[in-house]
Amino acid sequence: MNQGIPLFPERASSFAAGVDTFFVFLVLVALFFSVLIGFGILYFSFRYRRRTSNPMGQLVPGSHVLEIAWMAVPFVIAMVMFAWGSKLYVTMRRPPSDALEVYVVGKQWMWKIQHPDGRREFNELHVPVNRDIKLTMISEDVIHDFFVPAFRAKMDVLPGRYTTLWFRATKTGRYHLFCAQYCGTDHSYMGGWVIVMEPSEYQAWLTGGSNSESLEQSGQRLFTQLACVSCHGEGQGPGPRAPGLRGVYGSKVKLNGGLTVVADDAYIRESILDPQAKIVAGYGPIMPTFQGVISEDQLLQLIAYVKSLGAPPAETQPAAAGKE
Amino acid sequence: MERTGALFRHFRDLDQQRETATLGMWVFLLTEIMFFGGLFLTYTVYRWKYPHAFAEGSRELDVVKGGWNTAVLIASSFTMALAVRAAQMKKRKLLCILLAATMILGGVFLGIKYLEYAQKFEHHLVPGPSFHFEGPDAPQVQIFFSLYFAMTGMHALHMIIGEGLMLTLLIFSWRGKYTAGYYAPVENGGLYWHFVDIVWIFLFPLLYLIDLHR
Amino acid sequence: MSTTTASPEAAPGLPQKPRENYLNVSYGIRSWLLTTDHKRIALLYLFSITLFFALGGFFALLIRLQLLTPDGWLVGPDTYNRLFTMHGIIMIFFFLIPSIPAVLGNFLIPLMIGAKDLAFPRLNLLSWYIFNIGALFTIYSILTGGIDTGWTFYTPFSSIYSNSQVASAVIGIFIAGFASILTGLNFIVTIHTMRAPGMTWWRLPIFVWAHYATSIIMVLGTPVVAITLALVAGERLLHLGFFDPRLGGDPLLFQHLFWFYSHPAVYIMVLPAMGVTTEIVAAFARKNLFGYKFVAAASLAIAVIGFLVWGHHMFVAGLSVYAAMAFSMLSYLVAIPSAVKVFNWTATLYRGSVSWQTPMLYALGFIGLFVMGGMTGLFLASLGADVHVHDTYFVVAHFHYIMVGGALMGYLGGLHYWWPKISGRMYPEMLARAAAIILFIGFNLTFFPQFILGYLGMPRRYATYPPEFQVLNVLSTAGASILGLGYILPIVYFVWSMRYGPVASSNPWPATGLEWQTSSPPPTENFETTPVVTWEPYDFEHRPDLGLPKPERARPEQLEPPGLEVRD
Repeated sequence: MNQGIPLFPERASSFAAGVDTFFVFLVLVALFFSVLIGFGILYFSFRYRRRTSNPMGQLVPGSHVLEIAWMAVPFVIAMVMFAWGSKLYVTMRRPPSDALEVYVVGKQWMWKIQHPDGRREFNELHVPVNRDIKLTMISEDVIHDFFVPAFRAKMDVLPGRYTTLWFRATKTGRYHLFCAQYCGTDHSYMGGWVIVMEPSEYQAWLTGGSNSESLEQSGQRLFTQLACVSCHGEGQGPGPRAPGLRGVYGSKVKLNGGLTVVADDAYIRESILDPQAKIVAGYGPIMPTFQGVISEDQLLQLIAYVKSLGAPPAETQPAAAGKE
Repeated sequence: MERTGALFRHFRDLDQQRETATLGMWVFLLTEIMFFGGLFLTYTVYRWKYPHAFAEGSRELDVVKGGWNTAVLIASSFTMALAVRAAQMKKRKLLCILLAATMILGGVFLGIKYLEYAQKFEHHLVPGPSFHFEGPDAPQVQIFFSLYFAMTGMHALHMIIGEGLMLTLLIFSWRGKYTAGYYAPVENGGLYWHFVDIVWIFLFPLLYLIDLHR
Repeated sequence: MSTTTASPEAAPGLPQKPRENYLNVSYGIRSWLLTTDHKRIALLYLFSITLFFALGGFFALLIRLQLLTPDGWLVGPDTYNRLFTMHGIIMIFFFLIPSIPAVLGNFLIPLMIGAKDLAFPRLNLLSWYIFNIGALFTIYSILTGGIDTGWTFYTPFSSIYSNSQVASAVIGIFIAGFASILTGLNFIVTIHTMRAPGMTWWRLPIFVWAHYATSIIMVLGTPVVAITLALVAGERLLHLGFFDPRLGGDPLLFQHLFWFYSHPAVYIMVLPAMGVTTEIVAAFARKNLFGYKFVAAASLAIAVIGFLVWGHHMFVAGLSVYAAMAFSMLSYLVAIPSAVKVFNWTATLYRGSVSWQTPMLYALGFIGLFVMGGMTGLFLASLGADVHVHDTYFVVAHFHYIMVGGALMGYLGGLHYWWPKISGRMYPEMLARAAAIILFIGFNLTFFPQFILGYLGMPRRYATYPPEFQVLNVLSTAGASILGLGYILPIVYFVWSMRYGPVASSNPWPATGLEWQTSSPPPTENFETTPVVTWEPYDFEHRPDLGLPKPERARPEQLEPPGLEVRD
C-alpha cells in the first residue's frame, strides 16, 4: 500500500480471489474492445484522412455477414460473463447451513452487532478465520448496506425485513467495514472494522466480554416477560391456546387456508409483529401484536430462543387445542 | 374534407391535421396508462401482501355511492359518444345539449365523490395522524386508504380537467366551430373522457368490491 | 435527380446575403417568449439548460474540492449530502434529459423530415414553460435548505426521515417530467404524420430514428417516475402511507418503480447522442453509413430492451437470486445493439475521406469514451462483480463516462456541427478543436481514477473517506479543473461567433440531410416550398448539388477481409 497506487483491496475472504480473477477477465475484455475500437477509429481516420488525393469516401456496401458476426461474438462473450458472474453470485447468496450466525442491526449511524453467545459490539465485528460466518441483518430505520471490500461482500440492510450475508475470512487482520447505501447525515462515518482472528484468540475474545447472557437466554427471559408462555407453553408440547414452539424453527408449517410455509427468521418475526398474517392451521386469530413494543434487537433474541428449542418433535399436528 | 378556418399554418390540409391530433391524443392516453399503471402496480403489490387488510378496508367503502358513480360515468360516456355523432351530423344544438349533459353527469360524479370523502373524514379513515381503525390490521388498512385516496383522487383530478375540456368544447360548439365539417377536437375530447371512464371501471371493483360477501 | 427547394446559394463556400430568417424575422422579448417556432423554442431551451448546467457544474466543483482531503475540509456532511443530491438532480433532470432532444431535436426534426414545424407547436412552447416552472420549484428547494436524499430519493429516508425540502424538489421534477412527455409526444406524432413527400421511414436520418426511440422511452417511462415521486410527495405532505415500513410498506417497491423509469432514462440521455454521432460520422467521412437499417433497428432495440433491465440497480437490494439472474441476462442483451452501432460507425470510417474538424473530434471522442463506459457497464451487469463495486466510485465513474464522455460530448459535437445552421455563423475552428482536446483529457483524468477508487472499495456519496484513497481523489479533482476549462471555452466562443464569426453558407460541410437544403439560418417556414425527397440517407452518390466529386464504388477485391458480401 505504500509503493504507488494500489489497484486491488486485500484478499481476505474465500470470495476475493474468484471475484478478482473474474474482474481481471472483465478488464481484459474491456481493454480488448476499447483498444480494438480505439485503434480502429484512429487508424481509419488517419489512413483515410481527407486530402486532395482523397476528397470523397468510397461506396462500401453493407454486409449482413459482418452484422451477424458482430452481434454473435459479443453475445457469446456476454453469455460467458453472465454465466461466470452468476456462478459467483449464487455462491455468495447461499450461506452454508453450518455457518456461525451473527446478527446485525443497522441504524442511523451505527452498527450493532450481536453474537449468539450474547457478546455485543458496536461498529466492529470480530470473527474467527477460516470459518463460515452468516450475518442476519435488519435496519431500525432507513436502508443501509454492509460492505467489506476486503471480503468482496456487500448486502443492503433493510427496515422491516431480514437480509443475509455470508463469508469465510481467510486471512487474519483488520478490514474496513463501510455503510454503502446512502442513509443520511453521517453516512460516511457509519463504518468500522471487521477483525479476523485466529480461533484461539477469537475464543479468548468471546469469553473476555462481560458476563452477559447469550442471545437465547435473553430470548427466553423475554418469552416469559412478554407472557408468550401463557399461550405457547413452556416449549415442551403444544401450548394451551397456541402452537408449541419445540422444533418449529426450520420446519414446514401448515396454515389456515391450506398454504404451507417454512418457519424461518422472517416467519417468526412476522408472527410476532403481524400475527394475523399467517395463522397456523387449526388455530384462531387470537395472538396479540407486539408491533411497537419490541425492538429489532429483542426480536433477534426471541428468534434465537425459538431456534434453540431444537428439532421437530415426534408428533406432527398438535391436537386441535385452539378454539375458533 | 371541407375547409374552414380551422387549418393551422404548419399542416398541409385538414386530413393531416386531424390525423395528427388524433394520434397525439392516443399517445397522450398511452402516457396516462403508464401514469395510472404505477398506482395499479402499487395496489397489486400491497393487496397481494395484505389481502385481509385490503378486504377490511374495502368493506368500509360505500358500495352504493360507488355503484351510482359507475352508472353516472358510463352514462356520461354514452352522452359523449352521442355528442361526437352530433358533431359529425353537423347538429349544433344537439351537440351542445349532449356536451352539457356529459358535463352535468361528470359534476354528479364529483359531487358524490365529495360526499364519500366527507364521510371518510368523519369516520377517521383519512391516513395520517387522525387515522383510526379498530383491529390488528390497522397499519395495513392505512396503506389501503392511502391508495384509495391516491387513486380516486388522481382520478377525480382527471375528471376535473375533463370538465374543463368539456366546457371549452361546449363554448366552441356553441359558436359553431365543430359543426362545419371539422370536429376532430370533439372526437379527441371524447377519447380523453372515455379513458377517464375506463380508469374508474377498473378502480371501482378493485377498491369497492373486495371480498364483498364476507 | 434531387428536386429540392435549395436556396440559390446552396453551393458550399459561398456566403449568402442576409435575408429574412427565423432569427431576424421579429425582435423583442415577446416575439421570443410567445413564439411557436420550433427553432426559437430550441434556443429558449438552449438558454435554460446552459444555465442549469452551470449550476450543476458549480455543485460538482464544490464536490471535487471537498474530496481533496479525506476529512472533509470544505463543508460538513449535511451540506455535502445536499451538494451531491442537487448536482445529480440538476444535471440529470434539468440538463441531460432535455439537452439534445429539446435543443437539437426541436430545431432539426422538422427540418430533417421536410416539415414546417412540429405537430404541436403550442405544446412545444408550453413544454418549455413547464420545464422552467419545474426548475423553479427545484431552485426553491435549493434556496430554502436543499435536498439531501440523493437524486435517487430512496425510501424510507426520503419519505420519512429526511429533514430537507424533499416535497418541493419532487414536485419540481414531477412538473419538469411533463415537459419531457410533451416533447416526446410531439416528436412521435411529428415523425409519423408530417414527413415530406418521398421521406419514407427508411429514408429518415438516424438522428430522427434515434429521437423516435428516445421519445418512446420519454412517453412510456416518465409517467411512472412522475407517479412514484407523487407518492413520495403524498407521503411527506399528506401523510399517506406507501413506503413506511412501520405500516408494512415495502422499501423495495419504491426502488422498482423508480428504476423502471430511471434506467430507460439513461437511454433518453444516450440515444440522441448516438444519433448525433451517426450524422457527424457520415458527414465527416463523406460516406454512406455502414449498416443503416441495423443502426436504425438497434436504436429501437435499445429502447425496448432498456425497459427490461432496471433490476440491475438492485442486485444487492434484496432481490431474489432468480430475479437478479434474469435482470443480469437482460442487461447483457441490451449491450448488443449498442455494440452494433459502435461497429457500424467504425466501419463507416473505412475507405472514407475523414476530416478532423471539431464535430468529428467530438464524435470520435464519443465513440471511444462510450465504449469504455459501456464495457464497464458489463462489469455492473455481471452479478459476481457488481456485488463488490455496487454503490462505489466504480459506478460513479461508469455513469460519468456514459453521460459526460458520451451524452455531453454528443451534445457538444451536435452543437458544433449544426451551429452554422442554427446561427448562420461558424465557430472558430482551431479554438474549438483545442477545447475538444482539453475536454477529452480533463475528462479522462477526472474519471478514470474513480474506477480504481471504486474497486478499492471507496463507497459513493461519502463526504469523508479513509486516507488511503486520497491520492486518487486529488488526481480526479485535478482533472476536473481541466474539464471545467473545456466547458467554459465553447460557451465563450459560441457567444462570440454570433456577432464576429464568419458567415456560414447553407451547407458548409457539405452534408446530405434535408436540413442543409435550406438557408443558414432557415426561414421561419423552414423551406420555401415543400421538398420532395427522392434520395436515400447519406447518399453522396446521387447528390451533384453538393458540389463534391462522385464517390467511387469500392471494388470487391479491394475489400478486406475477404468474404465480405457485396450488395448488387
